[in-house]
Amino acid sequence: MASILSVQNVNKRFGGLKALDEVNLEIEPGTVHAIIGPNGAGKSTLLNCFVGRLTPDVGTVTFEDHSLIGLAPHEINQLGVSRVFQTPEIFGDLTLLENVMIPYFAKRDGAFSLNAWKPMAGQNDVRGKAEEMLADVGLGEKHAMVANSLSRGDKRRLELAMCLVQQPKLLLLDEPTAGMARADTNNTIDLLKTIASRGITMVVIEHDMHVVFSLADKISVLAQGHVIAEGAPNDIKGDPRVQEAYLGGAEI
Amino acid sequence: MVAIIKKQSDLVLLLCFAAAVLAGPVILQPFGAGYPDLLQKFAIFGIFAIGFNILFGLTGYLSFGHAAFLGIGSYTAVWTFKLLSMNPLPAVLLATLLGGLFAALIGFISLRRTGIYFSILTLAFAQMSYNLAYSVLTPITNGETGLQLRQADPRVLDVAFGRDYGAVLPSSDLFGIDMTGYPGFYFCAAVLILCFYISMRIFRSPFGMMLRAVKSNQNRMNYTGLNTRPYALAAFVISGMYAGLAGGLLAVTDPLAGAERMQWTASGEVVLMTILGGTGTLLGPVIGAGAIKYFENIFSAFNENILLNTFSFLPETLQHAVVSVASLFVGEGWHLTLGALFMVIVIFLPGGLMEGVRRFGVLFKRKADSDGPTETQPASAE
Repeated sequence: MASILSVQNVNKRFGGLKALDEVNLEIEPGTVHAIIGPNGAGKSTLLNCFVGRLTPDVGTVTFEDHSLIGLAPHEINQLGVSRVFQTPEIFGDLTLLENVMIPYFAKRDGAFSLNAWKPMAGQNDVRGKAEEMLADVGLGEKHAMVANSLSRGDKRRLELAMCLVQQPKLLLLDEPTAGMARADTNNTIDLLKTIASRGITMVVIEHDMHVVFSLADKISVLAQGHVIAEGAPNDIKGDPRVQEAYLGGAEI
Repeated sequence: MVAIIKKQSDLVLLLCFAAAVLAGPVILQPFGAGYPDLLQKFAIFGIFAIGFNILFGLTGYLSFGHAAFLGIGSYTAVWTFKLLSMNPLPAVLLATLLGGLFAALIGFISLRRTGIYFSILTLAFAQMSYNLAYSVLTPITNGETGLQLRQADPRVLDVAFGRDYGAVLPSSDLFGIDMTGYPGFYFCAAVLILCFYISMRIFRSPFGMMLRAVKSNQNRMNYTGLNTRPYALAAFVISGMYAGLAGGLLAVTDPLAGAERMQWTASGEVVLMTILGGTGTLLGPVIGAGAIKYFENIFSAFNENILLNTFSFLPETLQHAVVSVASLFVGEGWHLTLGALFMVIVIFLPGGLMEGVRRFGVLFKRKADSDGPTETQPASAE
């Protein structure tokens, strides 16, 4: 099967630190691919190379047939890649409804559109879509609230709705359950499972093994900038190299 | 349902605004501001502040150089009078266009930075423009003296249409209506209402929502597939056009353009107007502009004699003491009053005068609710 995202020989240095060292990764369409690894393994660096925040020193990142190297974040998003951040990035001063309408407009009208003469009041279709999406993530009743007044868990749900309303081909999630209570985590897992069942390809960076093993079809383990293991969840569980990396053996 | 209500309330707001502006001479008469020269200033600086608010209120980019566009508008208008026609329409049209053009240029460079660096860049550009106008570009701007009309100006269009001003220095006129006094005010008022309407359309459009998103979170915008730069630039150009238009109108009511109009104090003034009235609100900037121009013209006109008359009911020693304190705040000292007012507003009403109006409305509503219907009914019957 042709992969939707292909990462080849990616290297990234920060001064003397080699954050990514010859990373190769193939993400297959329709799967949930988890990237795990100890702190400082290079997971977030790798993700930042997918979305245009960082440019690899060497190597290629290809999404479908497009090289992502040198593209700006908004150009990559327009290709169909959406991202959820570790700390939710939302439009805090705007209402939930506006938060979800903005990405929809971005998808429909492109990176810039000077539609200054059309009244918002006439955009009932967009409004309907946004309301539907908010209801989908369980924030339907709060649509008129200002986003900053939400709890952290709700902010994450809102950010997810903002990504999903764009119907992305690839959804990148950076620790989607970090700092959540167990009940909230389980809700998020269920939500992500529903999303996965709609056929959206996901790449998840996660610390919580419970989340990883409930969601992932495939796992890549990153340690000190290398991919040290890759495979189905059950293979990874028993892999001695992985246990060594997590127990600190790799530091010797 | 909600959308329909919103549309109607906007229409009501627009109509109320238009009515208030057109009735300005009557409404402001009791405050001693009901004369056309001052009313014109209210309208013109209202336009300037409305435009500035589209940039600062929506996108959060604080420009400290908008007076440059005001000055460019004035120079363009006077040159249009000199070369083409004394009709104000081509003058304000060209002033708007040139204001936008220069804004595109300065905005393109300044918007590479955000926050304080953006503000400093715009300030630097404005000061450069001021110095150019004051000295280097004297052939175009007539430097220190300011650009003035002359009898010998070509006025190509006026000549072509057989309009002859004879041996007197012409003043601008709209198809025969002289643009001084009340006709001048009503011309500015009509433009102000149009500008308010345009700003309202922008506020209520998807584009306006994107501008508020620029203020809220640029990072999220980028990762949402939106290019923030053209949005900010568009807002900058629109506000530059408003400033150019305001500058053009200044020249219409008084056909003279001087470099001092571009000085940084003038840029600072529009920032004060917007914050005083209420940043990001539709009406606030107009109210702020009115308040500041009112202080500038009314308080600065007070002198010791007027104060002595005002406090003549006091015993003589007390009268002189009170007058000597109060005179610090009027006449030349009107800036002191303005400064004190500005501090009070920013500390107690961070949302500006509009927040005061809103809080007052809430208070009034709560009071009406707690008083119950039995209390309010007789009042409405009266």
